[in-house]
Amino acid sequence: MADKKATRESYGAALAELGERYDFLVLDADLAAATKTGMFKKKFPDRFFDCGIAEGNMMSVAAGIAATGKNVFASTFAMFAAGRAFEQIRNSIGYPHLNVKIGATHAGITVGEDGATHQCNEDMALMRTIPGMVVISPADADEAYAAVEAALNYYGPVYMRFGRFPVPNLTAEMKDYKFEIGKGVLYREGSDVTIIANGYMVHLAVEAAEMLAAEGISAEVINIHTVKPLDDALVVASAKKTGAVVTAEEHSVIGGLGSAVCDLLSENCPAPVLKVGVKDSYGRSGKVPELLEIYGLTAKNIYENAKLAIAKK
Amino acid sequence: MNISERKSLERLANNVRIGIIEGVYSAGCGHPGGSLSIADVITYLYFKEMNIDPANPRMEQRDRFVLSKGHTAPALYATLAERGYFDKEELKTLRKTDSRLQGHPDMKGILGVDMTTGSLGLGISAACGMALSAKAYGAENRVYTIVGDGESEEGQVWEAAMFAAHYKLDNLVCVLDLNGLQIDGKITEVMNPTPHDEKFRAFGWHVIVIDGHNFDEIEAAFAEARATKGKPTAIISKSVKGKGVSYMENACEWHGQAPKEDLYLVAMSDLGKIAESLK
Repeated sequence: MADKKATRESYGAALAELGERYDFLVLDADLAAATKTGMFKKKFPDRFFDCGIAEGNMMSVAAGIAATGKNVFASTFAMFAAGRAFEQIRNSIGYPHLNVKIGATHAGITVGEDGATHQCNEDMALMRTIPGMVVISPADADEAYAAVEAALNYYGPVYMRFGRFPVPNLTAEMKDYKFEIGKGVLYREGSDVTIIANGYMVHLAVEAAEMLAAEGISAEVINIHTVKPLDDALVVASAKKTGAVVTAEEHSVIGGLGSAVCDLLSENCPAPVLKVGVKDSYGRSGKVPELLEIYGLTAKNIYENAKLAIAKK
Repeated sequence: MNISERKSLERLANNVRIGIIEGVYSAGCGHPGGSLSIADVITYLYFKEMNIDPANPRMEQRDRFVLSKGHTAPALYATLAERGYFDKEELKTLRKTDSRLQGHPDMKGILGVDMTTGSLGLGISAACGMALSAKAYGAENRVYTIVGDGESEEGQVWEAAMFAAHYKLDNLVCVLDLNGLQIDGKITEVMNPTPHDEKFRAFGWHVIVIDGHNFDEIEAAFAEARATKGKPTAIISKSVKGKGVSYMENACEWHGQAPKEDLYLVAMSDLGKIAESLK
């Protein structure tokens, strides 16, 4: 079994290590201990600026820093980045296409006990609507690290979502793994159904594919870590091959990965697409494994939807 | 400031006002009132205060300007044109399809616009970011922003005020254009944001109150801001909305509409008379 680590831990570690090789500033909104930017703050106190609990101001401050030609990360919880500061991100960062990297942690239902106000299941949908915004949801710790470095080497606004719950680090076990913004990762080839997942759901997609294989069903598993720009070629080619698709995301089924895949396939390769995700509802307090069951975010849910998708062919 | 210098600035500011009216009239819409109220301050910034070079608009060590009250873009465009960033004829393209002169300032469009603004409250924060960047990287440049009095009803303005004082951004100057009017009426009646001086002081700023149409006071205020160390400076600039155009002065309805031909001619006649008096 792969090691487990939360992607937010990797975000903090990446900032602290990459800070030695890259020149950038880091902003946070009184959550450095939780977003893990505190690891950077400890090492580079002169390059870290706490903005206090004022996320809107922080995003526009980040835009101002970027407007002077400097690299900057702005971090808070997904709820307060994509949610509270949506308009600042849209108008201060997105519209002028400024080089701001947004590190949004505590995304999705796996926030757990804090409950609905802090479980952001809408951030990918919100960020995806902003023209020119890159939206990344890494699957695990190593991919999260690679995403941070890729974002540093990319000019333009990037939204990265990280989780607080430990997830198996499958990337560490992959040979020839290379992270490229906008390029999906093929985990497993198959011919009967395509499972497209990102973030916390990727390792569950792999599990579901094994369950299907035990029944003689061949599932293709693709990790679409970049929701925008979507890897159109990979998704369309796989849908053409299998003719049935399941998407899996720790996010609302409205507007995120599932919607992005539907947008693409409806024009290019109409095929049944079943979406595993939070079904137009708010979260609640609870232990993460219980919440994943309640909201239908398990390997079994993916497995069942894969069979339903195949039946719709 | 000697008389000839003052007259020269007054002439430039009057030209800026003419540019504002030309732009808004050509567009058939826009925001003349709050543009005219800041014309003197913005003229002083671009002709006297800021270290800028129209021939090298992206000069790294330049001072930065952020028009936080972005709807008064006509004033910024008219000033940039007057300063030589682009031909004044282009002012007539304001708000038109394919124009670089968007209804609210777009930094991608035109050289000389340091920050995209328009959504109120965001610009002052961006100016804080620019000032913080200068501090973090040891740059000597200064950052200026103009915030509207109506705009100061946005909570983000005070988030930025807290931030600027916290990080001791003494390279930042915020001009609060106190013309007393917003779209729906008097600021004190719509949602009273006053007193600005006490509020900024409470947030830890150095505060100077001036007559925003008096170049001696404008000059003294910016000099005092430059000499103030360890804290940002707020210049509360008491101004007249619509200043210079008789029927627009202190008239709320000229916040966001353009004059038709007859009133355009009256405006140009008013500003022409001022030009005559400054000869």
